[in-house]
Amino acid sequence: MRYGNRATEMRYGNRATEMSTTLAAGLLAAVVGICLVSSTHHAFAGCNTDGVARTMVEEIAPGIFVRPGVHETMSGENNGGIANIGFVLGTNAVAVIDTGGSACDGQRLRAAVRSRTDLPIRFVINTHVHPDHVFGNAAFKQDNPRFIGHGQLPRAIAARGPHYLTANRTIMGADALAGTEIIAPNLTVDDRMELDLGGRTLELTAHNVGHTDNDLTVFDVKTGTLWTGDLVFQGHLPVVDGSLKGWLTVMDELSRIPANRAIPGHGPVSIPWPAGLRPQRQYLTVLIQDLRRLIAEGRTMNHAIEIAARSERSAWKMFDEFNPRNASAGFAELEWE
Amino acid sequence: MLTDMQRVQTKMTSHAGAYTHSPDRHLWLVLITAISLLAASIGVSPALAAEDVWADLKPDLFEDRTINDGSEWLALDAPYRAHDAALVPIKIVALKRQASDTYIKSITLVIDKNPAPLAAVFKLSRESGLASVSTRVRVNAYTHIRAIAETSDGSLFMVSRFVKASGGCSAPSQKNLNESLAKMGLMKLRQYSPIPSADGATKRVHEAQLMIRHPNTSGLQMDQITGYYIPAHFVDEIEVRHGDKTVLSIEGAISLSEDPTVRFHYVSEGEGELTARIEDTEGNVFEKSWPVAPAPAIN
Repeated sequence: MRYGNRATEMRYGNRATEMSTTLAAGLLAAVVGICLVSSTHHAFAGCNTDGVARTMVEEIAPGIFVRPGVHETMSGENNGGIANIGFVLGTNAVAVIDTGGSACDGQRLRAAVRSRTDLPIRFVINTHVHPDHVFGNAAFKQDNPRFIGHGQLPRAIAARGPHYLTANRTIMGADALAGTEIIAPNLTVDDRMELDLGGRTLELTAHNVGHTDNDLTVFDVKTGTLWTGDLVFQGHLPVVDGSLKGWLTVMDELSRIPANRAIPGHGPVSIPWPAGLRPQRQYLTVLIQDLRRLIAEGRTMNHAIEIAARSERSAWKMFDEFNPRNASAGFAELEWE
Repeated sequence: MLTDMQRVQTKMTSHAGAYTHSPDRHLWLVLITAISLLAASIGVSPALAAEDVWADLKPDLFEDRTINDGSEWLALDAPYRAHDAALVPIKIVALKRQASDTYIKSITLVIDKNPAPLAAVFKLSRESGLASVSTRVRVNAYTHIRAIAETSDGSLFMVSRFVKASGGCSAPSQKNLNESLAKMGLMKLRQYSPIPSADGATKRVHEAQLMIRHPNTSGLQMDQITGYYIPAHFVDEIEVRHGDKTVLSIEGAISLSEDPTVRFHYVSEGEGELTARIEDTEGNVFEKSWPVAPAPAIN
């Protein structure tokens, strides 16, 4: 068997033209899990950072602050604030973990940091590529931080970033995304990395394919708090944008981390550990079982999408928006067994 | 000097096989593509109505041939609202069996508003038994999808469905690019139970599904870090033989989903081998054979 060029090798030497940029942006870039048309109402709530800052985050453990996201699709009203994001305070520095769904969302988070400390924001960590976790990065440029992500994140951002921006401008309205830029990490983690914030260490771990192929978790040793990114969902239906089976394997690895609590990418700001994994494990397991049965019966993908995991419907928000997608992705994956 | 897109487009149209193309035609397809891409990127719904898009595509694909209503020959099953626009399941159902005197010799799948509207051409024969085929495609925007059958006497019959892509996020999903690349060319065949024959003949129509691991990258995706295009790399030719008879051949392009898969039929007494041979745009050739072993009927 001969091997063709890997997709990352440059074959055509032409620099992209202005038009080509627009064309590529409007087109076939990678899909996003949490990006759906919610409404055509593009009201821009305005980016108000006054009076919001102190109250918008909860200190769930000493020095650990979380802003809960709402269980909605990204919109002009919510400024893309649909994910759990936050920061960790050390004695020398601050680390931000995910920056929200717009530059405004990021600005508000930054204001929340500044309402509590003047310490430098040295690290901005993105748990994965989805827009509700990375769109606020531009708000932190002024801090000149290390933007940190999984080893696969630069490629994912390069492949999907422009498309995310264009698509979400249409959905949320350009105003809601004013100032939002695609900012790739300048420091990547291929396996593990430690960050010293002064009196506290953060352990970063790059995972194999699960929710996406670029998932990074952050463990605060001092309090035993695990930031899982979207490797864990509660309340909001888990979104499969990587590998269904791979995700269950990563969850097994995560469950062995001796954390006292975890911060999921979507759901309550603090969940018990490892018990907090249970609802998601239940959903993914039911989905896999249903799909395997349907595949064994020779059913088509069209048919399977309608029925797989229906028993889980009442347990989750956003089920109708995302389960069919999860089912089609899972079907294509499990067919190969 | 050709731009990248022209090169992709030219490559794609040159594989259309049955259609002769002049350089003007290449340019025309590039222009149509450029217009629809530009409109999509600006966020403007093209002023062209659905039928106008087809009106521009049709002469390029079928010259001035008459296209008849195909509802006696084909049914097209597609989701009204695509859940994953990179993985839209399409089922083309042949309403009549392949008969020795009248049969469907090709089915052309067109997705009007895709940058590469000619999604695939399925070539069939009497040995196909039943011309029904299913596959999965990428759908870029709300669009008509069309299946045009050409029968053995050269007549054309068309059916179409309207499909809504999922909002503004339609795109090919490369959830696990490393996996796709590492396993590129791997093939699997699933075999389903044969369709019972009315007269109890031993020769029956069997159904199978060919699955291929391949990233099927479009060539229209830019690597923002380098400013270069990630090169197009897709399966453009698929041939399935039963023994030495070709039961299906497909010319595909970038509208077929990552890890292309096709469900098809062939006539057999339950013996022999099925062989699949695929070729991609890098000139890689992959071939694999399986003994015919249909699944027992599930009731």
